[in-house]
Amino acid sequence: MLTADSLFQIDLELKKYPESQKRSAVMSALRIAQSELGWLSQDTIKFVAGYLGLMPMAVYEVATFYNMYDLAPRGKYKLTVCTNLPCALSGGEDALDYLKRKLSISIGEVTADGRFSLHEGECMGACGYAPVVLVNNHSMCRNMTPQAIDSMLAEFD
Amino acid sequence: MTVYTKGVVFDGVDFDDPDCWKLDRYVKRGGYAALRKIIEGSISQDSVIAEVKLSALRGRGGAGFPTGLKWSFMPRQFPGQKYLVCNTDEGEPGTFKDKDIIELNPHALIEGMIIAGYAMGISVGYNYIHGEIFQDYRRFEAALQEARDAGLLGENILGSGFSFQLYAHHGYGAYICGEETALLESLEGKKGQPRFKPPFPASFGLYGKPTTINNTETFASVPFIIREGGQKFLELGKPNNGGTKLFSISGHVSRPGNYEVPMGMPFAELLALAGGMRDGGKLKAVIPGGSSAPVLPAQIMMDVTMDYDSISKAGSMLGSGAVIVMDESVCMVKALRRLSYFYYEESCGQCTPCREGTGWLYRIVDRIERGEGSLGDLDLLESLGKNIAGRTICALGDAAVMPVQGMLKHFRDEFLFHIENKRCLVH
Ligand SMILES: Cc1cc2nc3c(=O)[nH]c(=O)nc-3n(C[C@H](O)[C@H](O)[C@H](O)COP(=O)(O)O)c2cc1C
Ligand code: FES
Repeated sequence: MLTADSLFQIDLELKKYPESQKRSAVMSALRIAQSELGWLSQDTIKFVAGYLGLMPMAVYEVATFYNMYDLAPRGKYKLTVCTNLPCALSGGEDALDYLKRKLSISIGEVTADGRFSLHEGECMGACGYAPVVLVNNHSMCRNMTPQAIDSMLAEFD
Repeated sequence: MTVYTKGVVFDGVDFDDPDCWKLDRYVKRGGYAALRKIIEGSISQDSVIAEVKLSALRGRGGAGFPTGLKWSFMPRQFPGQKYLVCNTDEGEPGTFKDKDIIELNPHALIEGMIIAGYAMGISVGYNYIHGEIFQDYRRFEAALQEARDAGLLGENILGSGFSFQLYAHHGYGAYICGEETALLESLEGKKGQPRFKPPFPASFGLYGKPTTINNTETFASVPFIIREGGQKFLELGKPNNGGTKLFSISGHVSRPGNYEVPMGMPFAELLALAGGMRDGGKLKAVIPGGSSAPVLPAQIMMDVTMDYDSISKAGSMLGSGAVIVMDESVCMVKALRRLSYFYYEESCGQCTPCREGTGWLYRIVDRIERGEGSLGDLDLLESLGKNIAGRTICALGDAAVMPVQGMLKHFRDEFLFHIENKRCLVH
């Protein structure tokens, strides 16, 4: 189900924890699986559980508790905008509104061509660089004025 | 933007150098000298802890607990494995300092953790890193590898016989995992739901073993304390408030960013460092210690100094050192509405007063903001607060209540205006 490279990365994570505590690698295993497949289906969750020797329920519980796991397909580019107070004081909400208009979608929706989905996020620990947009969970873009958003969008294929 | 006037955590870092985080740069500015001093001088564990106590270093994660004292709680002769954990899960709105530490000076944290491991006889550590900063997680892993390759981390460090392994663990988006026992649950691969205390982590921590948890900035202050002495660190700040502090300044200032300054700097001076108010705005209020700290109006803020004792006397808390600056264009009802939504969204759901209460707080502030509130709502907010605070397993409940109480204490008129006139006083 996962490529050899993903499994290799999970094995590296497993090495960080005691032999008897494989469960500690569940968060990174889910992250690695999601990075490869785009989202976490029930089958993926069962696969990860099998790989780590855990009950599927124990893995499902983790996948539903943490905000950054996607339990449904999302856009090829998942854009999460922080609108918490410190960011809102420096244009966080404006950045979200601009993206809504530009992509003609609301929060939680995917564009018709499947390329973009838009999400509202909580504090990402980058409030001094507001507005911030997180792309595909892993790449943080700072100081996202409308011009910066335009050039970011232009760079995606 | 990252700046220091007096560097402890950022001692000597040249932020214009894209390689400032690397090992060779760190060593050039005195890095790992503290570790060498301990190993080459065979300094005892007790002496290291005594030096940290002398420095009056207090935990930078929010609660300000004396670090040396915490370290002395660890059982020294415990026969099994013990663990050291660093809390880089910073998710408290307004706080972004720990991110800069692992991005720009990760070896200060690594060295601080090795020294802490040595002092408490711990051989394995983890750094739990906030989910949204994946690039910084990668950076930290690269720094760990540099330290391992140089023989500074791992088996038999610098030939001393002391071994310390350190790993990075990546979170995936849950504010509650900043709470230390939720963080431990999460490290064990579970939902991040806080544990009942006692037992405290020093006796029952990670995998049920004795564990010490500190914040990133706390550990990153340790190399300076050992290298230069606890007394020198203490003298940088004020009695009982030793050293420097990183302040994350956000909101309506000209130059938001992290500022490392001596503890006890007047707020007015800190504000000037950040370039003053943006676009000539007039200061209305400041949340001085992260979103959980009660707000303080401008006239009170302009008289405080930035340290634990002064801010606590003014009725708020230094917390994580996140300074959220608001000018007169801000509607306090709307500001509180956004914060209350955050706590509602992030409650882990374990305790009824917090799970239900945060929803109540949010819905009431929301209806006041929309002009649908009634006078009784203000009393309801007060009584809800009393029924949440102190009645939950962890302090998230208190954290949700404090901003509400601060706003009602200092800006009650704005709430009344919304209720009576069904519109905003500001907009
Ligand atoms: C809801 C909640 C969130 C917290 N978030 C953080 C955090 O993001 N970072 C942190 O260091 N401490 C956080 N804390 C405090 C930790 O529980 C703990 O006190 C701290 O990490 C201890 O380190 P220190 O003594 O060095 O401050 C949080 C506490 C609570 C109740
Ligand atoms: S409030 Fe947006 S990153 Fe902190």
